[in-house]
Amino acid sequence: MDTIYLDNSATTKTDEEVIKAMMPYLVENYGNPSSIYKIGRENKKAIEEAREKVAKALNCEPNEIYFTAGGSESDNTAIRGVAYSYKSKGNHIITSKIEHPAVLETCKQLEKEGFEVSYIGVDENGIVNLEELKKAIKPTTTLITIMFANNEIGTIQPIKEIGEIAKQNNIVFHTDSVQAVGSVKIDVRDLNIDSLSLSAHKFYGPKGIGALYVRKGVRFDKFINGGHQERNKRAGTENVAGIVGLGKAIEIAYRDLEEHNKKIKELRDYYVQQVTEKIPYVKVNGDMEKRLPGNSNISFRFIEGEGLLLNLDLKGICASSGSACTSGSLDPSHVLLAIGLPHEIAHGSLRISIGKYNTKEEIDYVVESLVEIVGKLREMSPLWEKFIEEEKK
Amino acid sequence: MGKIYRGGKEIMEYSEKVVDHYTNPRNVGKIEDASGVGEVGNPVCGDIMKMFIKVENNIIVDVKFKTFGCGAAIATSSISTEMIKGKTLEEALQLKNTDVVNSLGGLPPVKLHCSVLAEEAIHEAIADYYRKEGKLTEEEIKEKCNLKEHHCEHCG
Repeated sequence: MDTIYLDNSATTKTDEEVIKAMMPYLVENYGNPSSIYKIGRENKKAIEEAREKVAKALNCEPNEIYFTAGGSESDNTAIRGVAYSYKSKGNHIITSKIEHPAVLETCKQLEKEGFEVSYIGVDENGIVNLEELKKAIKPTTTLITIMFANNEIGTIQPIKEIGEIAKQNNIVFHTDSVQAVGSVKIDVRDLNIDSLSLSAHKFYGPKGIGALYVRKGVRFDKFINGGHQERNKRAGTENVAGIVGLGKAIEIAYRDLEEHNKKIKELRDYYVQQVTEKIPYVKVNGDMEKRLPGNSNISFRFIEGEGLLLNLDLKGICASSGSACTSGSLDPSHVLLAIGLPHEIAHGSLRISIGKYNTKEEIDYVVESLVEIVGKLREMSPLWEKFIEEEKK
Repeated sequence: MGKIYRGGKEIMEYSEKVVDHYTNPRNVGKIEDASGVGEVGNPVCGDIMKMFIKVENNIIVDVKFKTFGCGAAIATSSISTEMIKGKTLEEALQLKNTDVVNSLGGLPPVKLHCSVLAEEAIHEAIADYYRKEGKLTEEEIKEKCNLKEHHCEHCG
């Protein structure tokens, strides 16, 4: 059975072009980039070329880019680094309730270390409340960290406005853009972004490599002590193949952005239209306009998400859910609760995230499978039985 | 097949038996003229089990279930209906959640509460039968069926 991969927000299949670009650095080009001889120097050059590609994609300077091991490291580094560098000015941080755990858990840790954190709410469509954000600002606020696009419901936040608010108040603005980079055009100058996280494997690059952009003039503490790599901020021999792969992946993503986004959005809209037409009692979660092109998040009432995923898995379909059983805690997704969904509806959510390799045939197969599986699980559900009996009355 | 990844903390895998039972659950449905019905769980937690039993001469001659919940909840409901069918009420009351877990070839630790729900659903269904029968007092039923308040750590 073929795998039908519809979990492109979790990770993506590495692009063949990217693998081809990386191969020499996994095989013959093994020199240490810090070494003085030719095979070292050439690898240093390859790293700097990748850095230029990332800088070009974001419209910043290459020396504002630091390579990291991925999105979580970039988020941790930026948030902790800025919080501690500006501690003499204040200890207050503002974030949102729908951030990725890499941001939320870092903020919680900082609270334990004596920092104060405000968690801003979102509206029912999953967009951060700007009025609440403005009101949360204090003289001691040093950092605002709000994601570019949400990983579960795909909503794109008003980044330019947040950047403007931060600038007016002389606050550093970091944005976790792990889901957005490669899908959305980002100009860090135009958007007033001071710091940004990205991860290669979300846009058809390799896993284990990411980057952090920090605007020149913004202070942040070094995060790994040791050698002089990454302008003294992050010691350790560079992941050359990964960096080259990241550079290639970001180049391809923005080269083909419009073509891919058009195709991906059409497939997503088709999927949502088909599901809402063919399956009753569903709820589409998150704003449909301010949204990543490939993301869909739909709750199927009266059923639970893990049962849904297991049945999809039996048909070779890879997707994800915000149910408690899949979130790793007793609560369903914090994002779905933040947009005001009741627990039982959050438990029945399904995220399908479409990527550049998906086809209409795959979407048709998924819709067909969902009609069957949702029907089967509802037949088994006491909640459905109760609902139908009440409908009859 | 059936693998669950939990934030890298642990990797759980459902046994073949669990996969078999959530793929092809046995005795799904309801019994219209049930002798007893037991419902446990809470939609907030994401698990509800409803068990229907048909009793003749103190023997459970038929049993059906409806479950809202994860793969483990469906599998424990399914296998426990098989385990009590044809048994006397006393035998059915002896069924422990650990028996259900063992019959399934084990459950991931975080899913053990599903087997507790199955045990409780059976006890509630039998208690409902005794209530309808009207021979025992509520106190006697509670003791005989070992009824407890649902003890979900989450919804309290």
